[in-house]
Amino acid sequence: MSKKKIIYKSARDIPLNAMSVDTMLFNKTGAWRNVRPVIDYEKCIKCMICWKFCPDISIYIEDDKPVIDYDYCKGCGICVEECPKKCISLVEEGK
Amino acid sequence: MIEIRVHGRGGQGAVVASKALAIAVANEGRYVQSFPEFGVERRGAPVYAFTRIDDKEIYVRTKIYNPDHIVVLDPTLIDAIDVTDGLKKGGWILINTTKKSSDFPDLVKDYRIATVDAYSIANKYGLGSKASPIVNTAILGGFVKISGVVSLDTLVGAIKEVVPIKPEDNAKAAREAYDSVKFEEE
Amino acid sequence: MKQVIMGNHALSYGAMISRVQVIAAYPITPQTKVVELLSEICADGRLDAEFIKVESEHSALAACCGASAVGARTFTATSAQGLALMHEMIHWAVGARLPIVLGNINRAMGPPWTIWTDQNDSLSERDTGCLQFYAQSNQEVLDTVVQAYKVSEQVLLPSMVVLDAFTLSHTSEVVDFPDQKLVDEYLPPFNPKYKLDPKEPHTFGGLTGPDGYFELRYKIEEAIQDAKGLIKETGKEFGEVFGREYGMVEKYRMDDADLVLVASSTIASTAHVAIDELREEGKKVGLLRVRVFRPFPSEEIRELLLGRKKIAIIDRNISFGHGGIFAQEVKSALFNCKDSPLLWGYVTGIGGRDVTVEDIKEIINDTMQSDKPEKDILWKGVRV
Repeated sequence: MSKKKIIYKSARDIPLNAMSVDTMLFNKTGAWRNVRPVIDYEKCIKCMICWKFCPDISIYIEDDKPVIDYDYCKGCGICVEECPKKCISLVEEGK
Repeated sequence: MIEIRVHGRGGQGAVVASKALAIAVANEGRYVQSFPEFGVERRGAPVYAFTRIDDKEIYVRTKIYNPDHIVVLDPTLIDAIDVTDGLKKGGWILINTTKKSSDFPDLVKDYRIATVDAYSIANKYGLGSKASPIVNTAILGGFVKISGVVSLDTLVGAIKEVVPIKPEDNAKAAREAYDSVKFEEE
Repeated sequence: MKQVIMGNHALSYGAMISRVQVIAAYPITPQTKVVELLSEICADGRLDAEFIKVESEHSALAACCGASAVGARTFTATSAQGLALMHEMIHWAVGARLPIVLGNINRAMGPPWTIWTDQNDSLSERDTGCLQFYAQSNQEVLDTVVQAYKVSEQVLLPSMVVLDAFTLSHTSEVVDFPDQKLVDEYLPPFNPKYKLDPKEPHTFGGLTGPDGYFELRYKIEEAIQDAKGLIKETGKEFGEVFGREYGMVEKYRMDDADLVLVASSTIASTAHVAIDELREEGKKVGLLRVRVFRPFPSEEIRELLLGRKKIAIIDRNISFGHGGIFAQEVKSALFNCKDSPLLWGYVTGIGGRDVTVEDIKEIINDTMQSDKPEKDILWKGVRV
């Protein structure tokens, strides 16, 4: 992953609009979390509502199950709120 | 005019500390401006809070580039960032730490160092959690001792006004830090 | 009673002591704290007002228009992209002659995305007919909300109270709260002659052809010109009742000044210090702070600037394709006049770049050292 830092000296050199140098592949926003959602797969009915509602595309589908991508999940808790079976819980980070 | 910069991490209460100090200054009839580093904030990231104090109305409304004193709420910041950036020579650096001023040889050269073990004081009075104690009110007590910008009693009154919970415990923490802050006499 | 509050809360408390009856607003950085405090104040009963949650800024001002049309004193607040979204409804509030007060936190327009200050958002509304007041301190923000209602409700046009993002909105300073009883005497309840009332039904704002629309617009211009006198009167009365007088402009050390700096908002505040330091060096400089931008204080500009040697104007904004907006407006006020001095128009501080005492002194010194402005736009601080 590149972590370049380009310093522009003058208005002449910069692109026309603010532009990221690289992709989100190196900006793992999961580091921002205070609380993490944890899915209880015993109760999960695989309706995928959590996947649909996640505003950060941080839930993906694997083997027919929703899986939380902790690299990017910011812990907003919307999946917890929307789960019809209430099988997602929020756990404090670092515990 | 005196300019002060407070260093902390998001969630440690640097901005509340700056506000409490501002209220104390106002309650003594002087003029004050208090503001955070302007931008988006995130828990755990370094934050800066600023205070200007003067006897007359403050017209300057810019960032603070050359503070007279700084306060460091989180000792890990000393190695993470340059807390002395722009600090005037001879200014006070008040650090929340169990170490002594002589343990900071690079800083002692150009600045005056004061230390207070604000984590222990915060834990003693149940401020924050054992894992993340809230040290902002304690360290203010230490700061007014070394700087004299306001009296301890005025500060305690302001702290009780501004803290969201446990006003008495926060007040006691400030008083204890006032008494226990360590610095070398000139 | 003095309290330490941030600029955003000065707006909220201004609305509170003005006894607003309806608030409809949508959150946006850096305005969010205005609305948070107002919703708390409404919930705990300190303010007896209806707080309407809306889904966008356009809806916020539309809701205010509806409430104002019924005769309620209304308030909203926004910034940048939100103000732009309200744009259609600002025209509406003016045409419908509704005295809504809108707090705007000056924030630069994106993209690129930004939350820092410049004046392009509010100045993009300059042609709508909405009054505009630019504050340089939190005290002024609170005081101006009260005065804005008093003026707006007499001329029946909306007012915008403008403050800089962060340097005022998130900066806490000592503010003296006017006594509520005195405010109630100074600002009586809103009681419009024409309003939506089922007991006396009318329609308002219906189709008007070229044989009527022109006259209705003429009346708006008459009203906003009347606002000049009213702003001065209410500002003077404010001084008599509360001890702080306000006008269309603020004069600082201008009496014998050969060079006058014209500025607004927090840059003007910082400029006081720059002027003091240059005066100590023996330079005859003064500051003219433009507080009210609409209606534009042409009379004061002519009275105070004609006959000077040089004028330097700082714009924290730019109208692309022409230049700084305050500079254009000052120049146009001075055109066709005898003894009109040369004008140096500086553009700086865009997107929240800090403008320090040193920067302002440099601007003044550069002006003193040049014979005439080399260009229409003198960029200061941009890295080219």
